[in-house]
Amino acid sequence: MPSLGADMDEGTVIEWLVKPGDTVHKGDPVAVVDTDKAAIEVETFAGGTIDQILVPVGERVQVGTPLATINGTGPTPQPAPAPQRPATPAPVPARPAQGLPSEIQGGPPEFPVGNPPAQRAAPPATVTSVDRLKASPYARKLAHSLDVDLTAVPATGQRGMVTAEDVRRFAANPPRPSTQPSTKEPTTTPAPRHVVQQGSPRAAIARLMTRSTQEIPHYYLSTTVDLGTAIAWLSRTNRELPVAERLVPAALLLKATALAAQRHPELNGYWTEDAFRPADQVHLGVAISLRGGGLVAPALHDVASLPVHDVMARLRDLVERARAGRLRRAEMTEATITITNLGDQGVESVHGIIYPPQVALVGAGRIVERPWAVDGLLGVRPCLTLTLAADHRATDGFTGGRFLATVDRLLQTPEEL
Amino acid sequence: MTTTYREALREAIRDALRRDERVFLMGEDVGAYGGCFGVSLGLLEEFGPDRIRDTPLSESAFVGAGIGAATAGLRPIVEIMTVNFSLLALDQILNNAATLRHMSGGQVGVPLVIRMTTGAGRQLAAQHSHSLEGWFAHIPGLRILAPATLEDARGMLWPALLDPDPVLIFEHGSLYNLAGELADDAGPVDIDHAAIRRPGADVTVVTYGGCLGKCLDAAEQLAAEDISAEVIDLRTLRPLDDATFVESVRRTHRAVVVDEGWRSGSLSAEVSARITEQAFEELDAPVERVCSAEVPMPYAKHLEDAALPQPDGIVAAVRKVVSGGG
Repeated sequence: MPSLGADMDEGTVIEWLVKPGDTVHKGDPVAVVDTDKAAIEVETFAGGTIDQILVPVGERVQVGTPLATINGTGPTPQPAPAPQRPATPAPVPARPAQGLPSEIQGGPPEFPVGNPPAQRAAPPATVTSVDRLKASPYARKLAHSLDVDLTAVPATGQRGMVTAEDVRRFAANPPRPSTQPSTKEPTTTPAPRHVVQQGSPRAAIARLMTRSTQEIPHYYLSTTVDLGTAIAWLSRTNRELPVAERLVPAALLLKATALAAQRHPELNGYWTEDAFRPADQVHLGVAISLRGGGLVAPALHDVASLPVHDVMARLRDLVERARAGRLRRAEMTEATITITNLGDQGVESVHGIIYPPQVALVGAGRIVERPWAVDGLLGVRPCLTLTLAADHRATDGFTGGRFLATVDRLLQTPEEL
Repeated sequence: MTTTYREALREAIRDALRRDERVFLMGEDVGAYGGCFGVSLGLLEEFGPDRIRDTPLSESAFVGAGIGAATAGLRPIVEIMTVNFSLLALDQILNNAATLRHMSGGQVGVPLVIRMTTGAGRQLAAQHSHSLEGWFAHIPGLRILAPATLEDARGMLWPALLDPDPVLIFEHGSLYNLAGELADDAGPVDIDHAAIRRPGADVTVVTYGGCLGKCLDAAEQLAAEDISAEVIDLRTLRPLDDATFVESVRRTHRAVVVDEGWRSGSLSAEVSARITEQAFEELDAPVERVCSAEVPMPYAKHLEDAALPQPDGIVAAVRKVVSGGG
């Protein structure tokens, strides 16, 4: 089970696209995995013949769990992300002693730059501290001596802590195992209308955004961009295009953002292990709200090198597939900077939360007509409030300011985008 | 007999002057005027100008003179009018009194007692309302006492004079008029241990000095709510008697520290840290602290009241640790 996002700990196989005996090549989609946020096609990292499917459809497993075994025929068959235990007996040369495990296993497989989430997911997923049980030290001691399972005890203490009194109450009157919900103890708090289930898309977003807010010292910048020239150019260009290929302002914005990120590489990449690692290319994450609720931010790859028309086509394709739940693994993991556009909703500016381990998030609001002074004359111009949320560990406001200025400048010459 | 904190202090000085001819009192206006807070009233007439000595207005000079007298074999009691003035003598106290035994390789001790008034609550504004005893409790080489009862006012001075090293006694200004019954034979008391002033089962309230009465009032209010608070009077701020309050927390599993000093870097922080260090596994809630607001003390009565720990705030803190929430 590969990690298909920085926040992914587990995934469910919802479809196998191959069966035992099939021949696959590196990069072929082999299965569809539900990550809590989207259904994503998983590609194989190795070529060969499918030997055995280890995880049946519908099963939820931790990241790092082997999904299937492949009998390698290619030159460098290599299982996907470092399986915890070898799924097939590896052809290890017989050795008299217990062996030198590190020598035999070698290091983890090398991933191309730009895929830190997968690397990060390599250690077993048992070390998550996000859902750590909160209990007072004395409650822990008491629970131990009374043989009470603390995770089952309702907490009433400060900041959601289980207190000793909670443990005593629970021990004195343990809930009887029952299938009837009516025997549940009456609770003083009214039942919430809508509960966020563990494992739901909302819970995944909650974890990721909490992590971002806790770990990343954000700084925010904002500027207003005169889109007069860009909108005029768009309407001229669109006149000559078939309806299905017409451009929207977002395409210009994406292209300009990608070019600006290329020129300010300090904002394009990942913060991992206390250091910023710039990415080679700009893979622009695009925040897309899903119908049914929730949010994904899949990547458009190498946007800086695409003509605007291709950006538009790729954006249409990406949005469609995101809403259909058919995103690809690379799209889910490889974004190097993200843009979010809430203009559709009528808001004028958005101050976003960075998608870890990225270090910057660009926000765009609604294009509104405003009185605008140019060269001492007042006119009415379509204006856009562009914002940047950036990781202060990686950059300072100076860099962020130059980045926004570059986006603005690029949007003034749309024909060159 | 019925007496006051002020009279108990005076009786303690009188007793010490009688017991040991090496003992003398000096400070600003302690003689003819009878002391700024009236503690030494009448002692000049009784013991004469050699043993009740008015000094010039120079804390550094007369504390230094006290250190010299102590090293030369006398047993001085130096009165500093209020704790803010002690800052003028801080070099004498910290660099001389607290260190001479160490610097002389044990040859010279400083058996000096310094008394001073501390605390707020009497509308004396920002420059005369400090509670800096926590600062002095930071300094190795000193013993810091905070009498909060008539017994301690009467009984702490003599053992302090017997201590071969410097002892600072902090008398809370709001306590001088505290009246009550004191045993006729009241005398020297232990100065090594904290005291449980009110036993309780649900929470340990650790305090000292001017806040003791407020904590006892709060405990009385809490009893009406069926919360049994144990109130501990630290008495000696250095060396801290951790054993007493840690043992209490081991029984009650909750602690509130009440300290008139500012919260940051305070004695309350030290007490809280020691509880966490020594009884972590017994805690059922984070240690709460009730301290003074971190502002220069306001002059206006209502603002001063708002800035100081009060029984209502102590009650609220206890409720928070006892019943969660918050």
